Amino acid sequence: MKGSLIILSFFATGLLLGIFRIFPLEISSGNFSFYVLCGLMFSVGISIGNDPASFRQFRHLNPRLIFLPLMTIGGTWLGVLVVSFFLKNRSVADCLAVGSGFGYYSLSSILITQCKGVELGTIALLSNIMREVFTLLFAPWMVKYFGRLAPICAGGATTMDTTFPIIVRTSGKDYAIVSIYQGFIMDFTVPFFVTFFCSL
Amino acid sequence: MFTVIACMIAGIVTGFLFRKWKLRFIHQVILVLIWLLLFLLGLEVGSNEQVIRQFGSLGFEAFLLAFAGTLGSVIFAGIFWLRVRTKSYPK
Repeated sequence: MKGSLIILSFFATGLLLGIFRIFPLEISSGNFSFYVLCGLMFSVGISIGNDPASFRQFRHLNPRLIFLPLMTIGGTWLGVLVVSFFLKNRSVADCLAVGSGFGYYSLSSILITQCKGVELGTIALLSNIMREVFTLLFAPWMVKYFGRLAPICAGGATTMDTTFPIIVRTSGKDYAIVSIYQGFIMDFTVPFFVTFFCSL
Repeated sequence: MFTVIACMIAGIVTGFLFRKWKLRFIHQVILVLIWLLLFLLGLEVGSNEQVIRQFGSLGFEAFLLAFAGTLGSVIFAGIFWLRVRTKSYPK
């Protein structure tokens, strides 16, 4: 939660500096942020490839739960698809791109801004932050009515970091490995699905 | 946009090749780059008057998408949970 607040405060600082024109705009326009994005993706890749331990841990996973990320993806897409019919000025692909952030707001908003502009990027940022907040707030309620896997699916790509503690507390520590596995797989899929729906 | 994916795959390969060395500092690098990029995103949003004027309605659209996406995945999780649980404990 503290990490999310720090990240948000960087966005808010940029927002205020932008509104009051304190910072020269030339830095944000142009290719600078694209190069930083490429650097970020390279670093994300290194962190995945450099940690074979995270793969080995998954041997202890209940084999049936391997398909859990598919539930997260399918459920999210279906929900977003329904809403996209009510949002007249957004295409279905735009909505699916936002939904495919799965709570990974930093990366998805950056990718969508690069591809579709600031407006949809802002929606992606807010929407995916809200998803994380929903999970943090309503996890106990989700477990009560939809079972122990519900907060893990709701958390999407955040279940190995920011929402991990609340999941362990509400679903039980038997589901810690499931939560890490699901977060790992979803983290990996976000850039692929987001760029895919942006390119449609 | 596929340049971005290519960068990530190049990163995975690099990380795997250097798996003998634990590149712990990479998480710090990721964090700082995310800070920088969100600062730039804020800057871009803030200096775009049209987006600032619509901030409320963009927020509402974001809320609808977040709500529907979360609800959908929770419902799917519920259905999956029923299947997994009954299979794990046959009566």
